[in-house]
Amino acid sequence: MSSFLAQQVPVTWYLLLSAALFSLGVAGFLIKRNLITVFMSIELMLNAVNLSFVTFAHEWHAVKGQIFVFFVMMVAAAEAAVGLAIIIAVFRARSTLAVDRIDLMKL
Amino acid sequence: MNGSLYLWLIPLLPFAGFLLNGILGRWFPKWAVTTIGLLAPLAAFGVVLNAAKGLIGLGPGLASLPYVETCPVGWINVGSLHVGFSLVLDQLSLVMLLVVTGVGFLIHIYSVGYMSHEEGYARYFSFLNLFLFFMTTLVLAGNVLLMFVGWEGVGLASYLLIGFYFKRNSAADAGKKAFIVNRIGDFGFLIGIFLLLANFGTLSFSEIGAKLAASPGWQGGILTVIALCLLAGATGKSAQLPLYIWLPDAMEGPTPVSALIHAATMVTAGVYMIARTHVLFDHAPFALGVVAVVGAATALFAATMGLVQNDIKRVLAYSTISQLGYMFLGCGVAAYSAAIFHLMTHAFFKGLLFLAAGSVIHAIGGEQDMRKMGGLWKKMPVTFATMTAAVFAISGIPPFAGFFSKDAILYAAYLQGPYGKALWFVGVVTALLTALYMFRLWYMTFLGKPRGEEGHHHATPASMLGPMVILGLLSICGGWIGSEHFGAYLAPALGEMKLRSTTPHLELILSIVAVLVALEGWLIADKYYRRKPERPAQLAAALPGGYKLLANKYYVDEFYGATVVKPLLATSRYVLEWVVDVAILGGAAWLLAAIATFSGAVLQRWQSGNLRSYAAWLAAGAAAVLLFVVVPWGAVLANFGIHLSMVGH
Repeated sequence: MSSFLAQQVPVTWYLLLSAALFSLGVAGFLIKRNLITVFMSIELMLNAVNLSFVTFAHEWHAVKGQIFVFFVMMVAAAEAAVGLAIIIAVFRARSTLAVDRIDLMKL
Repeated sequence: MNGSLYLWLIPLLPFAGFLLNGILGRWFPKWAVTTIGLLAPLAAFGVVLNAAKGLIGLGPGLASLPYVETCPVGWINVGSLHVGFSLVLDQLSLVMLLVVTGVGFLIHIYSVGYMSHEEGYARYFSFLNLFLFFMTTLVLAGNVLLMFVGWEGVGLASYLLIGFYFKRNSAADAGKKAFIVNRIGDFGFLIGIFLLLANFGTLSFSEIGAKLAASPGWQGGILTVIALCLLAGATGKSAQLPLYIWLPDAMEGPTPVSALIHAATMVTAGVYMIARTHVLFDHAPFALGVVAVVGAATALFAATMGLVQNDIKRVLAYSTISQLGYMFLGCGVAAYSAAIFHLMTHAFFKGLLFLAAGSVIHAIGGEQDMRKMGGLWKKMPVTFATMTAAVFAISGIPPFAGFFSKDAILYAAYLQGPYGKALWFVGVVTALLTALYMFRLWYMTFLGKPRGEEGHHHATPASMLGPMVILGLLSICGGWIGSEHFGAYLAPALGEMKLRSTTPHLELILSIVAVLVALEGWLIADKYYRRKPERPAQLAAALPGGYKLLANKYYVDEFYGATVVKPLLATSRYVLEWVVDVAILGGAAWLLAAIATFSGAVLQRWQSGNLRSYAAWLAAGAAAVLLFVVVPWGAVLANFGIHLSMVGH
């Protein structure tokens, strides 16, 4: 199955997809106001990177890339837990999630 | 020699006393401070006496001197330079040690009584012990550098003790003055040490002596320069022209300190140093001549200033300078043993004079002005008796100690050819002045009618009278050994007295002349200060210029103030402080601060707190890095004719 995919879909496409997803993540991070959307943009960037890791791992038959992906997913999961907790705390204190309004390093 | 003499104990015992009293003394009860302060010099004196047993035939003979003790651990070992802690006991250092620890111990005892009501009792004794540590180091040192350590150390102790009453501004200033003036001389000493090292490759006295003995033809030249540099150091420490100005001010210290440091021992270090390096001076006749002239000039100059002082301690201070001038004169005519002889007797009678003056000052409640004294002999007979012995001794009246030593110096000077006769004449005139000002002091203080307020007089305690009596006895019989025997005893260390007169009875004739001159001084003092007490004021009124000149000490302090101190202060303030410190250094610091402030003001705009602007900068940075990595810059620049030639590209 995988060899079929590799024959059908060139590596470049995967990388282009990864770059596109990453750029979307960056754009969302920069443009969106809502803190949760910003957070989702970060997840998107992480997954874009994961995709290129997997691609190269498959391309070069190296397992290191796969392992890296697991690490990234693990960190992303932990980050999601902590990040969402912070978001809830911020919302309770400020009653807003607009990034522009959260510009003081104190509550 | 069988067994060790434990020379190293001599400096280290007082040092232990210094540490104990200096660190813990403030919590000790007074009796413990006294015990420690007295035991240290007593024990050191005991060690010296043990080493001196050979003198009276009890211990190892004198033939085994010089005796050297070297610390197994070296001090400086750099290339071919090896300097160790070596202590040398020879006839010269033995005499000096006996004087320093013996007189030093007596003055420690005296201090117990004198300082009993003073604040800082433990501090006083720790400093006094510190002084003994450095002084014995100076005396025992087997090389110039170790001697220099002791030399600087006694300067430190002197500074600390002059400024003992540091709450009084004049005392603090006097301490600083002494220290700074000594620095000037020490600069010369240090240059001398460097030159010695450069020309001899060693700093040990014995090796320098051996090298000079091996080349008897080596005269003058660099040796003269070295000797003059050492002389500069000696003039500072021993208060000779032109650096004597600190000693009169040093009288701000407690009186026992004046007796020990500024009369008996430390100020004679210059004489001792010249005697210790006499082989060098013997090879530099010109420098030796300078020593003699400096000594004679100082002796006369200081004696004239002593004539008109009214502060009892200042009279003694100028007298000390004058007597030190005699010792320099003795050194300068190569009569080193006579100079050391005078050093010893001077330690007895001048130490005593200060102690007696201290007793007087103590008794009448701190008054030092002789015009307010008078008639004290009935109230303090012991002080009067001992002071009388000292006055007769310093005036050179036989059979008191000073007669023998002063006579030996004058005799040696007379034999030095025509210029020696001039020096002799100056010495005799000084002897006249010495007798005059000493008997003036004697009359003003003890005889005549009491001029001060009729207050109650403190009785002088036995702890003060005891040392005075012992020194009084030494002032009487300390010279009986005679300069001949003394010179013969010192000959292994200082060389034989070279000069012998061919004229028969010359020494006797010169002695009679000196004694007559001294008696003449006494007569003049008797006339002016006993029979016709109104005469000095009349004389001062008749010669206002001369009197003012003397009373203002020849305006030397003012002259130095105008020529040295003022320009130095002006340079410090206007050039060093305002230009270098404020303008250049301060300006540079200000500039750096301004750059930091300005760049901070610019860069702080980045710190907006806006998360998305941070993210945008982050993204822009990442893009820039990517651009830098991905674009083949070498090829791009090559298109514009620029070739990067970095290694690895």
